[in-house]
Amino acid sequence: MEFSDRELWTVLHGMGFGAVFLLAFGGGLAGLWSLRERLLTEEGLRERMPRITLGTTAMAVFGWLTVISGTFIVYPWYRVEPAGGIANYSGPLEGYPKFLLLSSESTAQWHEFGMEWKEHVAWLAPFLATAVAFVVVYYGPQLIRRPELRWPLMIFFGLAFAAAAVAGLFGAFITKAAPVA
Amino acid sequence: MSEQMPTKPNGPAAAAFLAAGAGALALGLLTTLAEASTAVADALKFDKLYGLGSGVGPLSGKSILASVAFVIAWIVFFAVWRGKEVDFQKFFIAALVLVALGFLLTFPTFFLLFEPKG
Repeated sequence: MEFSDRELWTVLHGMGFGAVFLLAFGGGLAGLWSLRERLLTEEGLRERMPRITLGTTAMAVFGWLTVISGTFIVYPWYRVEPAGGIANYSGPLEGYPKFLLLSSESTAQWHEFGMEWKEHVAWLAPFLATAVAFVVVYYGPQLIRRPELRWPLMIFFGLAFAAAAVAGLFGAFITKAAPVA
Repeated sequence: MSEQMPTKPNGPAAAAFLAAGAGALALGLLTTLAEASTAVADALKFDKLYGLGSGVGPLSGKSILASVAFVIAWIVFFAVWRGKEVDFQKFFIAALVLVALGFLLTFPTFFLLFEPKG
């Protein structure tokens, strides 16, 4: 059993960084949801805050790692052209995932819609997750005295998740249709 | 615990939300502009122009510039509102509008409307 560099990076990008990002969402959201004064004692809040901080900061950090590794390491392998250009190439398209997808009407939309959406929308996730993580770290236990922040935090957190989920879902389908390995 | 301490003003939270909105809008604008103009798309090829991300194409410029916009906006907004209590709801709605624009402008069905014909 052997993994190529490309396979390892693809797995790390999607199932490593990306999966941690999506998993951290559950923990972070549950923590933010429970930040209500009537549900928490002083002791309960102290116990809960580190988990909320961990969930939201993990989502921000892994959000950045996911988009940076995806854009600057994996994506060039996806869009690589044969030497001399695709117009002058008549060989097999395995190894050129973008052009493999575009070569058939039945798969072209995976690139024209799926990849075009994924590669851009994914970058919204770390912006949103970082804002949420900052607010959680900056206010800490004082968040409970700021009820006006609770829903905005959950909405931005949810939008970060949605952007990453779109990217992750299309990433999985596109990899299945045209692997970069 | 911190109950004895004065509550921190909400300006920094407003600044963070608004900065995320600014980053989202910047990304959306760059995405749509690159689709509408090959000159813009070429100028965003930071991989070729500055050696940032070999083979990434215009996405290198879009992602780097949007991230820079996010950081700069955050620094400016934080400096402006750091010690202030603001009408948070207004700030949040403004941030949500910016993020919504970011989502719209990065949606292929929308930005491909600006693709040059022929």
